[in-house]
Amino acid sequence: MISVRDLDVVFTSGKTENHVVRRVSFDVGKGETLGIVGESGCGKSTVLRCLSGMEKGWSGDIGLAGKAVGKIRTRDELRHAQMVFQDPYGSLHPRHRIGTALAEPLRAMGHGDVWTKVEKALRQVGLPPAFANRYPHELSGGQRQRVAIARALILSPPILLLDEPTSALDVSIQAEVLNLLADQRDERFLTYVLVSHDLAVIAHMCDRVLIMKGGVFVDELTKADLQAGITHDAYTRELFEASFL
Amino acid sequence: MQDRDLHPVLSVKGLNVRFGRNSLAAVSNVSFDVGRERVGIVGESGSGKSTTGRAIMRLLPPIAGVTAERMDLDGVSLLDRTERQMGTLRGKDIALIMQDPRYSLNPVLTVGKQIAEAARLHMGLRGGKARDAAQAMLERVRISDPERVMALYPHQISGGMGQRVMIAMMLLARPKLVIADEPTSALDVSVRRDVLTLLDELVRENNSGLLLISHDIRMVAAFCERIIVMYSGRIVETLTRLEDAQHPYTRGLMSALPDPHNPVRRLAVLDRAKLDLETSR
Repeated sequence: MISVRDLDVVFTSGKTENHVVRRVSFDVGKGETLGIVGESGCGKSTVLRCLSGMEKGWSGDIGLAGKAVGKIRTRDELRHAQMVFQDPYGSLHPRHRIGTALAEPLRAMGHGDVWTKVEKALRQVGLPPAFANRYPHELSGGQRQRVAIARALILSPPILLLDEPTSALDVSIQAEVLNLLADQRDERFLTYVLVSHDLAVIAHMCDRVLIMKGGVFVDELTKADLQAGITHDAYTRELFEASFL
Repeated sequence: MQDRDLHPVLSVKGLNVRFGRNSLAAVSNVSFDVGRERVGIVGESGSGKSTTGRAIMRLLPPIAGVTAERMDLDGVSLLDRTERQMGTLRGKDIALIMQDPRYSLNPVLTVGKQIAEAARLHMGLRGGKARDAAQAMLERVRISDPERVMALYPHQISGGMGQRVMIAMMLLARPKLVIADEPTSALDVSVRRDVLTLLDELVRENNSGLLLISHDIRMVAAFCERIIVMYSGRIVETLTRLEDAQHPYTRGLMSALPDPHNPVRRLAVLDRAKLDLETSR
């Protein structure tokens, strides 16, 4: 579903260069959930932003749904992958009602019958349709993250990119959001790329995990590896132990 | 610990905090003692755990109504002290370590000046002596190159180093009680453990009490001798071992945590309506 070859990202500012992602390659199959774990600044979010088309300064090859995509995406290419961000407070426009926020991707893609679709999307994530009239500040953190997921799913993309979707939430709310994501995945046969620093969340959600450090993948673990606590790299071991697993 | 004396460092009985008039209680009827040990307070957002910490420091805004039957530090009441007396107490006898060093350090002063300020205020040291004390303390928190770090501004150091600087500043005066409010939430997992072991080591060395406030029940369980679990402003249970948890809230919290050793397809979710009914009884 996703294939990445030799993805390279360098941020430059004046004379200083920051090589954030160093020639990484990976594939994600249809219906698979891939996890990327790493610490702050390892480049995990940058990989995700490249996949979503938000980052323009990359080189290498990215293929979505079997077709190579460029730095500037067409409308159809953009619809393949949608993103859910970490901060449910920052990712919704504070002065747009929830309905308006959800209708925006539909309008941008030129869909009709917007309001019935908004209503349906809210129901799918377990929120009453009346929430369309509310503003983001009238919702709790978990409810906002549900709206963010509804917004990402409203165009029925085959791929969902999740950038730390639960790290701003309490554990009980985190469980609700992770359950919602798992249900949607099974229902619609979605492909997920989940980025997180929390190994427990990654191990719960993912079929396969890549460990990232300093812009490269240092280790790859399967679900069985995670359960048994098998690691192939010293850094992974360190992460495992530090996570109190 | 050989000279562990029996009377508690901090003793709180019947603490209530209300914001505004006729509003909901943020903290209601909270009682606990902290000896020369490590005690953790666990709870989710809005459970009143940070408010409890701030009430002890008397750092809540005037709109908050704080009442308690007893709130003693080392046998002396904290409640009837003037703001001025509290000022000399804070940082000297009780220290508060906050979540994010990026916001709790002064951005326009170098790290060295800030630690030296603590030495000047609480230990009465002057000039060069205060500087030396600051440098020794930085070495103590395992900063390898204290000379260089002293001259840096907070934005030039990493989060983990910032938190070490914070710990150095707070523990310099050997306070009797250290309140750490989510000290590691803003840090990466690998740095988290270093900061916690450092904090633990220094607290043991000073023979102080530590009140660790966190949302992370596993971390607190691995680190503290006693765990106080709070839900909607009340203490629901006090544990020495996580496995002994009886209250449905604590059990619910633990089953909501994903556990890689024993995977489930769906995580258990808290039944809040039922829980509110049970706790209000």
